[in-house]
Amino acid sequence: MSSPTLALPTAAPAPSRLADWTTMIGRCLRVSRRNPEAIIISLALPIMLMLLFVYLFGGAINTGTAYVTYVVPGVLLLCAGFGCSITAQTVSHDLNTGVIDRFRSMDVSGAALLAGHVVASLARNVVATTLVLVVAFLIGFRPNAGLADWLAAGGILLLFMLMMSWLAAAVGLLTKSPEGAGGFTFFVSFLPYPSSAFVPVHTMPSWIQGFAENQPITPVIESLRALLLGLPVGSHPLHAILWCVGLLAVSIWLSGVLFRRRTG
Amino acid sequence: MAQPLAVEARGLEKSYGDLTVLAGVDLTVHSGTVYGLLGPNGAGKTTTVRILTTLLRPDGGQARVAGFDIERERKSLRRNITLTGQYAAVDELQTGEENLIMMGRLRGLPRPDARRRAGELLERFDLTEAGRRRASTYSGGMRRRLDLAAGLVVPPSVIFLDEPTTGLDLRSRQGMWQVIGDLVSTGVTVFLTTQYLEEADQLADRIGVIDGGKLVAEGTSAELKSQVADARLDLTLADRATYDHLHRTLDDRVVHTDPARLVLGVPTDGSARHVRALLDEIDPNRSQVNKFGLHNATLDDVFLALTGHPAEPSHDEEKEPAGV
Repeated sequence: MSSPTLALPTAAPAPSRLADWTTMIGRCLRVSRRNPEAIIISLALPIMLMLLFVYLFGGAINTGTAYVTYVVPGVLLLCAGFGCSITAQTVSHDLNTGVIDRFRSMDVSGAALLAGHVVASLARNVVATTLVLVVAFLIGFRPNAGLADWLAAGGILLLFMLMMSWLAAAVGLLTKSPEGAGGFTFFVSFLPYPSSAFVPVHTMPSWIQGFAENQPITPVIESLRALLLGLPVGSHPLHAILWCVGLLAVSIWLSGVLFRRRTG
Repeated sequence: MAQPLAVEARGLEKSYGDLTVLAGVDLTVHSGTVYGLLGPNGAGKTTTVRILTTLLRPDGGQARVAGFDIERERKSLRRNITLTGQYAAVDELQTGEENLIMMGRLRGLPRPDARRRAGELLERFDLTEAGRRRASTYSGGMRRRLDLAAGLVVPPSVIFLDEPTTGLDLRSRQGMWQVIGDLVSTGVTVFLTTQYLEEADQLADRIGVIDGGKLVAEGTSAELKSQVADARLDLTLADRATYDHLHRTLDDRVVHTDPARLVLGVPTDGSARHVRALLDEIDPNRSQVNKFGLHNATLDDVFLALTGHPAEPSHDEEKEPAGV
């Protein structure tokens, strides 16, 4: 026999499901770290837009505060949405390579596989958001928030990222190719425009106002803005949380259905 | 105790809409043997493997793999098999070592054991040096070896290899054959699919020929070859009259015709003695045969002999015009 090392007993230990989860999360984190393009792209667009809005358009937009201060919550959200939407491509990539069959034939659950992608997405976006905030400070963003406000704003942003990542995972399961999944990124990067992200809603045509006031991104932005600028928050955080939790539940459910459909 | 069966399938069926992919496939594979499922693209090879590895549910039929039912005991079954698919299933952005450690962890090995096992496998598959490089830098052959190693972190009782050498150059293919051959000596059961007769011949104890979702023949390589000639003697004849005359007189001994080029093919074992005897018999006056060529039996020939139609009509250069 030329390979004594292979002649181990064939009784496979029963794998612990926890190890599946941590292993899949570790995998996605490692792969993310080695794909700096994804992070750079998800950083470059929001930062460039922030500079564009602040320096080119900002002078003409009257929001009642320094424009940079008005626009940063919107940019944070754009950054998060854009960054999370990349998850659609990473999930789609896994499904279109043989790796999914290997994992499934090893009895790795779809939940563990997708959780790996979602956690890596959150990690990427926390890094990206922090960098955007640093640039924002450098160009004159001066929030007026205490520690509790920061924590609350961070929590809402994290919840939004979690929802967007799961939604992106569902989209990745739905599309046939990573290129197709890339279309989702495009869609998501437009969603903040008809909201209060860049200009106050009341300056928009009335028929858009209805959408802008009631789309999920507006309460998230308004919550961040109120928390960071020390303004009264009103019912915005409640609406933001309800939207995010609702969409998160739908996305997780949809991911489960789509995963089972895609993988028989 | 009777030798347990590694794979036992009865009447496997699968269709997609009107397209029948499997039309009742029976398979029996004994433990510790290599079974080769041979067939052209679209014959149902991958579908069979996906059903046996629980990735796909059959529309009909039953199967047990490593003693477990493919529908009722999926989890236990999955713990006792590995599948190496047609496309190397490794993460390109992870190193070879990281890929193997990941597989070890997913198979339930504690981290130190997974690391040690990865080292052993890298050495075993001649990847030690490459182990710290990302898999994206690997050649096709290295990737397949890593893929195969990934299936062995915990030795399974049945290994499924779906076209393990498709797309590899000859050298890498021979390297894979060596690796698979060594595996067999460890007593594991191997179920592989291939489009290449030579590959099945080299590796498999028993070969099943699948076509159009049905098993059309089964046996050892020698048994199958006895149904098809090992080789074929192609005779380029002097003129059309000779061609027609010999086609008639040789009748069902003709296994290949190419009227445009006046070529008839007859079976031979390829030995000089047999070729000389054939030439003397067919062309005693040494005036009817201009040239001859030896043609080694291919999958197409096996198919022609077993099913009466060529394996892949799309690139069929041997197609006869109707009415000849």
